[in-house]
Amino acid sequence: MNIIVLVKQVPDTTEMKIDPIHGTLIRTGVPSIINPDDMAGIEAALSLKDHYGGTITAVSMGPLQAERMLREILGRGVDQAVLLSDAKFAGADTWATSTTLVAWLKRQSYDLIIAGRQAIDGDTAQVGPQVAEKLGIPQVSYVESIEECNGTWLTLSKAYEDYSELLEVKLPALITTLSSMNTDRGMNAVDAWAAYDKPLALVHFSDLSIPETDVGLKGSPTQVKKTFTRSLETASLKSNLSPEEAARLITDVLIKTMEA
Amino acid sequence: METKDILVFIEQRNNVIQNVSYELLSEARKLVKQIKHVKFEVVGILLGNNLGQLPHDVLNHGADRVYVADHPELSHYSTLRYTHVISELIKQHKPDSFLIGASVIGRDLAPRIAARIDTGLTADATKIEINPNEENTSELWITRPAFGGNLFGTIVCPNHRPQMATIRPQVLDADFYQLNRPGIIVNLPYKPMEDNVRILNRIEKHQSGPDITHAQILISGGRGMLEHFELLDELAQLSGGVVAASRGVVDKGAASKDIQVGQTGKTVRPRLYLACGISGAVQHTAGMDKSETILAINSDPQAPIFSVATIGIVGDAKTILPLVIENLKHHKLKHH
Ligand SMILES: Cc1cc2nc3c(=O)[nH]c(=O)nc-3n(C[C@H](O)[C@H](O)[C@H](O)COP(=O)(O)OP(=O)(O)OC[C@H]3O[C@@H](n4cnc5c(N)ncnc54)[C@H](O)[C@@H]3O)c2cc1C
Ligand SMILES: Nc1ncnc2c1ncn2[C@@H]1O[C@H](COP(=O)(O)O)[C@@H](O)[C@H]1O
Repeated sequence: MNIIVLVKQVPDTTEMKIDPIHGTLIRTGVPSIINPDDMAGIEAALSLKDHYGGTITAVSMGPLQAERMLREILGRGVDQAVLLSDAKFAGADTWATSTTLVAWLKRQSYDLIIAGRQAIDGDTAQVGPQVAEKLGIPQVSYVESIEECNGTWLTLSKAYEDYSELLEVKLPALITTLSSMNTDRGMNAVDAWAAYDKPLALVHFSDLSIPETDVGLKGSPTQVKKTFTRSLETASLKSNLSPEEAARLITDVLIKTMEA
Repeated sequence: METKDILVFIEQRNNVIQNVSYELLSEARKLVKQIKHVKFEVVGILLGNNLGQLPHDVLNHGADRVYVADHPELSHYSTLRYTHVISELIKQHKPDSFLIGASVIGRDLAPRIAARIDTGLTADATKIEINPNEENTSELWITRPAFGGNLFGTIVCPNHRPQMATIRPQVLDADFYQLNRPGIIVNLPYKPMEDNVRILNRIEKHQSGPDITHAQILISGGRGMLEHFELLDELAQLSGGVVAASRGVVDKGAASKDIQVGQTGKTVRPRLYLACGISGAVQHTAGMDKSETILAINSDPQAPIFSVATIGIVGDAKTILPLVIENLKHHKLKHH
């Protein structure tokens, strides 16, 4: 089984702070991590490989620093990695990102493509389905577990808001994985050493035969008009109440709500 | 590019129209009213089987026209079939914008359609407005949180139509309803097609407690209340409320994921949200800041929860809550 995993390097959004004076996002010093939903995809690919054999390729579009993330992924037992990197790709929305990834994917052979459900920087959950559409293959998003594969059909469970569905999807297909579906096995010493000898290819814009108007900021139908942080509305803050006074206040609000 | 109208995806599951679709119809009505230079209609698209009365419900909730595809193959959501039917309709009707609820189904369907018809799609939005800087425009300004809610962005789609967005459930009001509202129902033809995804089984998730998304009063606890959730349980019982929690608590295994509020939990909008020992990280407040009244107790005066609270109390919840419980018991005795 040949599997391609789409991975993105993202800033650890839990470590982000807001500059209280300028109301801007402080990005310096924020560590870069493998997107959590993608990590689940890698683990899912590794365990499919454990069962059914095959090769795993990890692909990312991003700046050159993503190479480090790809080495870490190779260190987990992934066979090869590809980084699509070019200044022309910068500023891509999901349409342009999926177009760029697909330009490369179209030339590959695969049984299964795994993307993360969503990336924690943009939180869109759109790149996976858009890649599937542009490749003309079926998709199953929000996958919470993979049950089995008979070579033609893959059986898996998809999470809805308040129920799950057991589904069968015909290969080749694309699935998007939830970070909760498994736990990262981490790097083992053998693979960690081997990671530096495994192939990691760099692909530039000129290697993909697509028009410049389809990639990066220029190729993006959506544009960011403005960004802002939440304005801090000041609450009526009671800082000097005794516990009894505080309890009285809360009781009054509760009773008012209960009896309204 | 000649485009018209605002199209809304009407999501039904088991022939129940999801509330987010009604929220979008109400919002679309407000938007068409603000677009003054041209006359736009609100148009629904509803897919399913044996839909009966449902198209009329769509009209009553604000659509001027509803396209209906009714066929056994459409009874359950199918990425392939729904994408096909809706993309064909878009090519034919040429809507100016297209709104979809940001449910699991909506977030599976919308990107697939946007890729097929090559237009822009804004994900998981929390606010929609008409470009406030120009007259005679129908350009949508769509605002959404990003970077885990640390930053908000306003997104536009200047050169492609329809402008598409998925909108988070429960952030807009479903406040339009008019019984027997006249409108046009158009039946769409449907040709059966083989799906490459088959549904084998549906597994209900057992809901261990009451549903926090429908509660009027939520008694919510964070890490500051760890090991003291029995206070919250008792308070919920006395007030007819339901207990909710932050991820900080769920991650510690002290509460079930069903009751987690926030970006990766549920979006709630109760009449009263009592936040006890919750710091109020943006990922948490993203799921509760639309509550009618927010009462927060936190021992740290700098806690960010106070910036969304209606009333903030600096103090120790473990001391205050037992007193509230006593007060409520007293109140009940007096009034019985
Ligand atoms: C991608 C992503 C998604 C996330 N999604 C969610 C989500 O859906 N929901 C969510 O909740 N979080 C979410 N988080 C986590 C979020 O960032 C916070 O880490 C989490 O909400 C913190 O939980 P907490 O407020 O209970 O804990 P803490 O941050 O530890 O806060 C505890 C608070 O209790 C106060 N306190 C302590 N003792 C007392 C006392 N005796 N009386 C009164 N106050 C007291 C403290 O002052 C402190 O402010 C997400 C994070 C990421 C990265
Ligand atoms: N630049 C990228 N390179 C590789 N994969 C990506 C990229 N952007 C998004 N993806 C994949 O698409 C998923 C969804 O991303 P998003 O639509 O941005 O939320 C991610 O979890 C990745 O698997």
